[in-house]
Amino acid sequence: MSAQQATAGAPTTERDEMEELQAHFDALIAAGETIEPRDWMPDGYRRMLLRQLAQHAHSEIIGMQPEGAWLTRAPSLHRKSVLIAKVQDEAGHGLYLYSAAETLGVDRADLLDALHRGQQRFAATFNHPALTWADTGAVAWLTDGAAVINQAPMTRISYGPYARAMRRVCLEEAFHVREGYDLMRALCEGTEEQKRMAQDAVDRWWLPAVALMFGPPDTTTGGADARTAAIGASVSRRAMAWGIKRHTNDELRQRFVDAVVPQAERLGLTLPDPAIRWNEERGHYDFTPVDWEVYRRALGENTHWARQRVAHRRAAHEDGAWVREAAAAYAAREEAAGRTEEHA
Amino acid sequence: MSSTSTSTSTSTSTSTSTSTVTERGEGAPASWEVFLRPRRGLAHQHVGSVRADDAAMALGRARDLYIRRGDPLSLWVVRSDSVHAVSPDERDPYFSNARHKPYRYPEQFAPLTVEGADGDPHQ
Amino acid sequence: MTLTSDTAPAVPEALRTDPDLAVQLLRLGDDALVLGQRLCQWITRAPTIEEDLALSNIALDLVGHARTLLTLAGRRDGTGRTEDDLAFTRSDREFTNALLTELPNGDFAVTVARQLAYTHYAVLYYEALAGCADPEPAGFGARAAKEVAFHRLHADNWTLRLGLGTPESARRMQAGLDRVWPYTAELFDEDDVLRRLVAAGTVPSPGPLRTLWEQEVTDVVTRAGLTVPAPGWEARGGRTGLHTEEFGPLVAELQSVHRQFPGGTW
Repeated sequence: MSAQQATAGAPTTERDEMEELQAHFDALIAAGETIEPRDWMPDGYRRMLLRQLAQHAHSEIIGMQPEGAWLTRAPSLHRKSVLIAKVQDEAGHGLYLYSAAETLGVDRADLLDALHRGQQRFAATFNHPALTWADTGAVAWLTDGAAVINQAPMTRISYGPYARAMRRVCLEEAFHVREGYDLMRALCEGTEEQKRMAQDAVDRWWLPAVALMFGPPDTTTGGADARTAAIGASVSRRAMAWGIKRHTNDELRQRFVDAVVPQAERLGLTLPDPAIRWNEERGHYDFTPVDWEVYRRALGENTHWARQRVAHRRAAHEDGAWVREAAAAYAAREEAAGRTEEHA
Repeated sequence: MSSTSTSTSTSTSTSTSTSTVTERGEGAPASWEVFLRPRRGLAHQHVGSVRADDAAMALGRARDLYIRRGDPLSLWVVRSDSVHAVSPDERDPYFSNARHKPYRYPEQFAPLTVEGADGDPHQ
Repeated sequence: MTLTSDTAPAVPEALRTDPDLAVQLLRLGDDALVLGQRLCQWITRAPTIEEDLALSNIALDLVGHARTLLTLAGRRDGTGRTEDDLAFTRSDREFTNALLTELPNGDFAVTVARQLAYTHYAVLYYEALAGCADPEPAGFGARAAKEVAFHRLHADNWTLRLGLGTPESARRMQAGLDRVWPYTAELFDEDDVLRRLVAAGTVPSPGPLRTLWEQEVTDVVTRAGLTVPAPGWEARGGRTGLHTEEFGPLVAELQSVHRQFPGGTW
């Protein structure tokens, strides 16, 4: 029975109905079933998904920039091909995610507008500049490596379109990490200058990766910003209850450190954290805890580059306005003329 | 085989009519649903959607977005607002009749051989 | 499989060193490399994200063509230079791409006009190449013709949409055609190298394809409501290493990291 059909005694009936819808939603989540676009969902769930999807999509699009800047300078044609393919995948991932966001009733154009106006965020990792060729390797190895660890559980996220987009993304992302590691390996096996360049890139990309790719601390207690951390923890709990998140930020962060430390050792590179050492008792690597202050420091907000990223994106969009208008005008004219050619 | 679709933009509208119309912001290109036949013997599968102003551009964009890896045999795009869907209000009348008719399923009946279902050449 | 020098079969006649063939392969490879480099400059700056994806797809194919062609050129000229030797250690005066491919991107319409001219030429020439006796250029031509045919569709689609879109897009598209047209003649130039190759039956010349190319592009341009620029001044020089002034920075950027690390491995 629908809300419209409910007649007299509406308050009770509507409340009953809301409870029934909520119970159905809760049962689906509890059973590990996916929520699909036409299912009823609580507003908070929809808002949280939308915020996360938009931020995720924007991050892919903005994330094209640091690496995209090196497409014209890749030092071998093989590496140039690989980098083009990678940046292209990022554009594709952004588009998959915008499509998934659109199933929640928003328009792609509005999402892009929000990005261009600075109303929606993207991963602060990409506020950082890619200063040398080795940065393209460090970004792929460390930040994409972090992304894969972050994203693998998201293939089971409770919202169907998001989960399906993530299955596609993760399949493709695995290539990025391998490629990044391979690029760093080549540099580390090269000349002294190449190895220095690799180490310098790792020194600059470690903190953005370990702090920012996993979000703020959400399990550590105490510290100057205990209250903020507590809020973070409560958001994480809610996201986990809804099946939007499967693990805490700090849990995934530990998983990342455990994966990367041996890789860095094999490369002969030093991760810029003197506290890194194997903890036999925990069965994990210890590292300098990412507390609120470390996290803030890593944000890189209000820097030249943080501003540049959105400005670059906005300029491309504005410069292309006449092209988009032309495509729309052409389609409208063809449609009016009743022509639907497959190939012009 | 699991579906790999990322979205069905038509499903965003939850109006009570059986057809849904994708709202187009001013100047925002139309949405198109993309279907691929991954290999011979399989039906076309929904893989996601693209935005484009017309069919030729939608085909090009679908190719760029969904065929970066693999060599599918065939590609379709369909305007999202051409997809007609059952609204949530109509879900029960449409989809809840099968479970009350157990006699539609073979396991409701006596097996054809002494080995039971395992020896049934019809299964 | 490993072959020692004792057991290695004699190099087939068709795969022997051929300086003329190497020159022609290098020209084609430089065209693809330089145009690919120009398209890389678009990525993250295109009118839509979808177009970032489309242009990077095309750039990726072009870099792929360059890799095959430069590798073949280095083998056939007898020097054994690799694709990277040729891409990253030659001076700009040693590049032999047609000037068309190095023209700055301009606005999207200039890029579409350049793509229109190049892709119609490249499909025709690669299809002709596919029929030549030498299996290596022939194999390459057959594969590349299919890929460039998709790039050609992209260029045709955009030429029509810009030409018939808005008054502004039509004006820009016409300006784009006017900008690149004088640079298209060089694609079909026939010099002594090509004449010798044709005489030997090694590879075809692009010269005879010009009429067909003109018909094809005229058809698209006319359907787009635009005018094919009248014949006039024709720009030349790229094939003999005399490039535009904008070419130096393109090569410098292409080679900067490679040259910064002498003896580097990538």
